[in-house]
Amino acid sequence: MQNPTLPSDTLTIAGKEYSSRLLVGTGKYKDLAETKAATEASGAQIITVAIRRTNIGQNKDEPNLLDVIPLDKYTLLPNTAGCYNVEDAVRTCRLARELLDGHDLVKLEVLGDVKTLYPDTIQTLKAAEILVKDGFKVMVYTSDDPLIARQLEEIGCVAVMPLAAPIGSGLGIRNPYNILEIIENAKVPIIVDAGVGTASDAAIAMEMGCDGVLMNTAIAGAKNPVLMASAMKKAIEAGREAFLAGRMPRKRYASASSPLDGTFF
Amino acid sequence: MEILVNGTPHIVPENTTAAQLLAILEIHGKRLALEVNQELVPRSQFETTLLKPNDTVEIVHAIGGG
Repeated sequence: MQNPTLPSDTLTIAGKEYSSRLLVGTGKYKDLAETKAATEASGAQIITVAIRRTNIGQNKDEPNLLDVIPLDKYTLLPNTAGCYNVEDAVRTCRLARELLDGHDLVKLEVLGDVKTLYPDTIQTLKAAEILVKDGFKVMVYTSDDPLIARQLEEIGCVAVMPLAAPIGSGLGIRNPYNILEIIENAKVPIIVDAGVGTASDAAIAMEMGCDGVLMNTAIAGAKNPVLMASAMKKAIEAGREAFLAGRMPRKRYASASSPLDGTFF
Repeated sequence: MEILVNGTPHIVPENTTAAQLLAILEIHGKRLALEVNQELVPRSQFETTLLKPNDTVEIVHAIGGG
């Protein structure tokens, strides 16, 4: 049922409208059945996939992700995970576009360090420029540096996706004021990507005014991934509604909720 | 002739096309993308792309990832 107070609160990315503001990855699940169940429970409409060597030889008939994830139901977002330089990231995107019949929406990430998986923002800017010129619609993973975020928007990225904390760390939003600064300066959707650990982290991101949240490990790494996917769906919706509703101001002292008029004692 | 497919050496007949390679590997008809020597080969050119000795072929597909 559509919420009557939110008649048309959709997320628009590269001209396409989405009713869900939760974007999910499809990695780290124990099998494809769990991937499918958790993805469905999340209500996500945009799901990330990785591009890797296909199985040849012994395991060539292993079931593939795209056999269980219906392509007509989801918008696939191929990523450049594991790329540490511009060339590999651009190659990966071109292979993905060919693989998916000309689908040009990609998630660009150019990493700079194995331990932190922190994005190399200089290489990311270079790769984004090449991909935008080549006709890609680039959703870009970046640090929480507001200046880099602005430059990525100026290059023409369709969404800027700052990290909340390192990929897979589950530490939550470590620098909320930077995220807020990025949101306030942006004209493209800002999607917190990476670092969310549990439902409250996702709700906080949405309450701050993020347009969406992208996560993988927070769901796949939970004891019950399908239940956590459902929790995240609700957290994203609750956080969004709280943002739109506008929270009350914080006050240092109490303010009674019951009237003082009419007291008989 | 010897070529490198996904990092593994393979012996294939001279003048094998990209399409024939996929048939040899029994993965033709699957959803995949292919590059030869780091250059993307569109699906429409699989039949006409001739492989040369020592070519490096990468064949990729989509898997779960975040």
